[in-house]
Amino acid sequence: MLGETCPRGKSRASPFYSGALKILIFLLLGHARRVFSVSSHLAARKHISFEYKDDVAVIRFNDPSSKVNKQSLQLHELADVLGDIWLYRSSKSVVLISGKPGCFLAGADSNMLQSCATSEEVTSLCEEAQKLFRRIEQSRVPIVAAIHGSCLSRGLELATACHYRIATKSKETVLGTPEVMLGLLPGAGGTQRLPKMVGVLGAFDMLLSGKNITADEAKKMGLVDQLVDPLGPGLKSPEERTMEYLEEVAVGVAYELANKKIPLTREKKLWDAVTGLGPVRKIIYSTVTKRVQKQTKNLYPAPFQIIECVKTGIEHGSDAGYLAEAQSFGKLVRTSESKALIGLHHGRLLCKKNRFGPPEKEVKKLAILGAGLMGAGIAQVSVDKGLTSILKDTTEDAISKGYEKVYKSFDTKVKKTAMTSFERDAFMSNLSIQTDYSGFESADMVIEAVFEDLNIKHQVLKEVEAVTPPHCIFATNTSALPVRDIAAASKRPEKVIGIHYFSPVDKMQLVEIVTTDKTSKDTLGAAVSMALKQGKIVVTVKDGPGFYTTRCMGCLLMESLRLLQEGVTATKSDFLATSFGFNVGPFTVIDEVGVDIGLHISEMLCKAFGSRYEGGSLEIFKTMLEKGLKGCKSGKGFFLYGKTKSVNPEVEEILKNHQVTAPSAISSEYDMQYRLLSRCINESLMCLQEGIIQSPLEGDIGAVFGYGFPPMHGGPFRFVDTFGAERLVSLMKRFEDVYGNQFTPCQLLLDHTKDPSKKFYQSSPSPLQY
Amino acid sequence: MASMLMNPIRSCSVSSSWAVRFGARSLSTTAQLQSQVQTKSKKTLARPGVKNIVLVEGVRTPFLLSGTTYADLMPHDLARAALQGLLKRTGIPKDAVDYIIYGTVVQEVKTSNVAREAALGAGFSDKIPAHTVTMACISANQAMTSGVGLIAAGQCDAVVAGGVEFMSDVPIRHSRKMRKTMLSLNKAKTLGQRLSLIGSIRLAHLSPELPAVAEFSTAETMGHSADRLAAAFGVSRVEQDEFAVRSHTLAKKAQDEGLLQDVISFKVPGRDIVSKDNGIRPSSMEQMGKLKPAFVKPHGTVTAANSSFMTDGASAVLVMSEEKALAMGYKPKAYLRDFVYVSQDPKDQLLLGPTYATPKVLERAGLSMSDIDVFEFHEAFAGQIMANLKAMDSDWFAQTYMGRKSKVKMAVGHLFAFSQKLDPCSSP
Repeated sequence: MLGETCPRGKSRASPFYSGALKILIFLLLGHARRVFSVSSHLAARKHISFEYKDDVAVIRFNDPSSKVNKQSLQLHELADVLGDIWLYRSSKSVVLISGKPGCFLAGADSNMLQSCATSEEVTSLCEEAQKLFRRIEQSRVPIVAAIHGSCLSRGLELATACHYRIATKSKETVLGTPEVMLGLLPGAGGTQRLPKMVGVLGAFDMLLSGKNITADEAKKMGLVDQLVDPLGPGLKSPEERTMEYLEEVAVGVAYELANKKIPLTREKKLWDAVTGLGPVRKIIYSTVTKRVQKQTKNLYPAPFQIIECVKTGIEHGSDAGYLAEAQSFGKLVRTSESKALIGLHHGRLLCKKNRFGPPEKEVKKLAILGAGLMGAGIAQVSVDKGLTSILKDTTEDAISKGYEKVYKSFDTKVKKTAMTSFERDAFMSNLSIQTDYSGFESADMVIEAVFEDLNIKHQVLKEVEAVTPPHCIFATNTSALPVRDIAAASKRPEKVIGIHYFSPVDKMQLVEIVTTDKTSKDTLGAAVSMALKQGKIVVTVKDGPGFYTTRCMGCLLMESLRLLQEGVTATKSDFLATSFGFNVGPFTVIDEVGVDIGLHISEMLCKAFGSRYEGGSLEIFKTMLEKGLKGCKSGKGFFLYGKTKSVNPEVEEILKNHQVTAPSAISSEYDMQYRLLSRCINESLMCLQEGIIQSPLEGDIGAVFGYGFPPMHGGPFRFVDTFGAERLVSLMKRFEDVYGNQFTPCQLLLDHTKDPSKKFYQSSPSPLQY
Repeated sequence: MASMLMNPIRSCSVSSSWAVRFGARSLSTTAQLQSQVQTKSKKTLARPGVKNIVLVEGVRTPFLLSGTTYADLMPHDLARAALQGLLKRTGIPKDAVDYIIYGTVVQEVKTSNVAREAALGAGFSDKIPAHTVTMACISANQAMTSGVGLIAAGQCDAVVAGGVEFMSDVPIRHSRKMRKTMLSLNKAKTLGQRLSLIGSIRLAHLSPELPAVAEFSTAETMGHSADRLAAAFGVSRVEQDEFAVRSHTLAKKAQDEGLLQDVISFKVPGRDIVSKDNGIRPSSMEQMGKLKPAFVKPHGTVTAANSSFMTDGASAVLVMSEEKALAMGYKPKAYLRDFVYVSQDPKDQLLLGPTYATPKVLERAGLSMSDIDVFEFHEAFAGQIMANLKAMDSDWFAQTYMGRKSKVKMAVGHLFAFSQKLDPCSSP
């Protein structure tokens, strides 16, 4: 229709378009199109709009009720619209784009999935989507996916079904199949199409890790065909104009695809050809399976189903593959693992919101006391979020090391090209290291991360209050000392709050924010808002010894110490925990935290809670300290840290003096596992009972993200719901018979036993109240 | 970073482009503009207590595509030629100048103060101090306004300022590792130490380091930024090509009619005398349309043909206090009244300087758009200048990004004199 001079990405209703006859035809066609679109399902279409740009139909999704485009309803509408196009041949090519900047099409709607009564129902939903996507793939009209923002799960499956993908190079643009993290698999052809597109290895990497892929990486992998730069301000806002530009480019490509100026076949990479060979494939399947077995300890079903589906598709053809995928998806949705992981996903989102409202004064300037691992970690997650931060310690050496740690963390990113050197420098300019209190007069919040000793904390608090303005919040990063004891020395107790960061700060997502009776609501709001800005998941807890996470974890440690005395090796104890799904075992944790700190906290907690908290003998810790076995920091603790990790014979020696006989009735592997588990679960429930935590949801989030409670069980509260309170209590009674009050079920657990219909996740009207 | 220098009365800055000068001279005499002249609101822009500073004369070497006739020279050779040309044209005694300033972007490390090297070679008195400034695309302007500052402050009465850029040769360095090894080699005392250092050289050490053609802060090249800017303001490929064709056509006309009076002839040692710019190449829209995008591929709009070329060239101007100029018997070409520099976000607004600077400099001088007959904007890309025009014509942009109540009211009648940059400080 047009010569070569036609600018790409531009509407072709240009001066080049000449000839009255052509215009007439154009108008008639245009009219006809309108009739078609009205006659069909216009009234029903809420989420999709479309228009013609000459021969290219542009279809936009926009879910008016949500920030992201969810797939559920849109797919029906998409099927209608595409059905019309296929039937009436009303356009030569199609562009799929979102009407929402920031989201192409995201995840499966987990609410909808959970509302399905049977796996068959879910399977048929999958099959419907598969059918549509396969029709898209086989469409004679080329379809271009124009991607800006998140293109995840079903969004990615839709995009890969299209014939050409264009993505913006924006930081917001991420592609991926995160289903595995929800205990699911991509159920609309993801396991079938990805191997063809990015090779078997690439597909396994994406499907099994669920990781987000940036636009640049996606281009390299062959997941997207073309990249578009995000635009700055023009005659419209950057966001709006970038979307328009993306659409213009996509329309240009669609036009050229229809006119065969861009070929639809793509070159196969040599590497993909090699990994596609039969014998090589077999090796890949078995290697991947082995690796997954090792990583998941066979506790998660989804990864194995994924491998199976990919394998079926490649070895037995697409039809078998699609069927396997839909059926596996149906089964996985019903598993307790998937329910637990989806529950955590929702909980995590809720804990990333500030429900205490915006504070009177946002924290903009932060001062951190103590430039050790903790202090530097806090600085690191603050300066890159634009918080001006002072890092203060008493010696030059300490602040220099602190600075170095922050700098190194950014510089590593620069080397991996995840950050530019300019960004690194700009972030570092937010950090000031010093040994005096200058600048504290304008600080909005001081976070202290000094040694866990009440006297030192009091001294620091007094020094700080003498130099800070009245509105300044004093946050103590203590993991166990009661905040009220620290606040006792304060002139402004309403401004004192506890913020419990976990180490390493940049990796651990959780913070516990601890309030005393005197902490003001505004102080809480400001602390939560700041922690959220640092990118943290926030759980708010009431003051008390060990707060929530330390208290529950401490319980588990006390019990594992007892196992040690009963002759179970540290390696075996760790295995008992990890084989249940804990990330790391208790003795590895102690070594990482430090035996000295472990002892300090355990002593304090035992003193606070009395005999019911006790377990193994703390003398073991003390003797270890006398011999200089402090854990990782001294190179040896329960384990030796040479080239490989091995049990420390010195500790075995110490244990000889502390041996006790294991009660044979409750020393099976199963019983030992549940001795560890039931104590920390019981303690969690007790925290809810005492009002330390406000909701089961926060309890579960705190347990999973704080001390590594097995995610596939969703946290202690969901575990009780799934496992059954009665079953747990009967186990505990057996343990109680031997050890006494340490295994006495708390009242809340007993309440749930009496009424089996009582569930933590059904009884609460709002997820954050109980 | 970007800026503009404006001479609100009658402009004749020599560091600027020939095409613009052509616009100023040939078109500013049309009837329509005569009528606008009568609406001028101010009789003089002189400010009480501020010295009158004038531009006496300006010259430049022909601007050549890099790698052509100038290829074997060094930057200070070009600057020297411009200085000698200025001396010849003004006849100013070689010791009557108080200071010499040059602007340059890519520095030759051997002549990092290129102003001083060029001045010595041109035969200026060796008692005249000289320094070199840099500020991306506006380095030569920075040299001029630095001179203005020296005169205004009473430090000097006569300053020579200029710009030089030489893209035929750029400093390509050894890799950092190699440099480190070589520096240690200097310090090595024993043969053993030397041998072990030489032995440590690996193949990777030998890969050279090219000078970055990108902004350091964003790692984005100017051409790429220009393409994104054009897209942000919806400037089409056709618009850009048309503008470029127009620029080249007008330039050709000016060249043919001998209007580019600031160009001096330059005898390149071992080569012929150069007396004409060689990058003026008017072509048809059809030919322009055939080019593939140079930066954003495959859908970009900025091409080699609608961008300015990689240039070698130098310029020089004589700036004096009015008193001194008159005393020496010169007839000044222009008053230099005001200037402003602006900076914005280096990522998304790198090339939007004119939009920000234009209203600012007018307001400083107490002028409005209708007072101005001719604007000169020197920019490297057709798409960029058109984006700036669209930005200046947008209320939304003015309100959202410039903190102004309304747009700069750029009347279309004013647009004729815009041109693509081809000045000596054009950067890579």
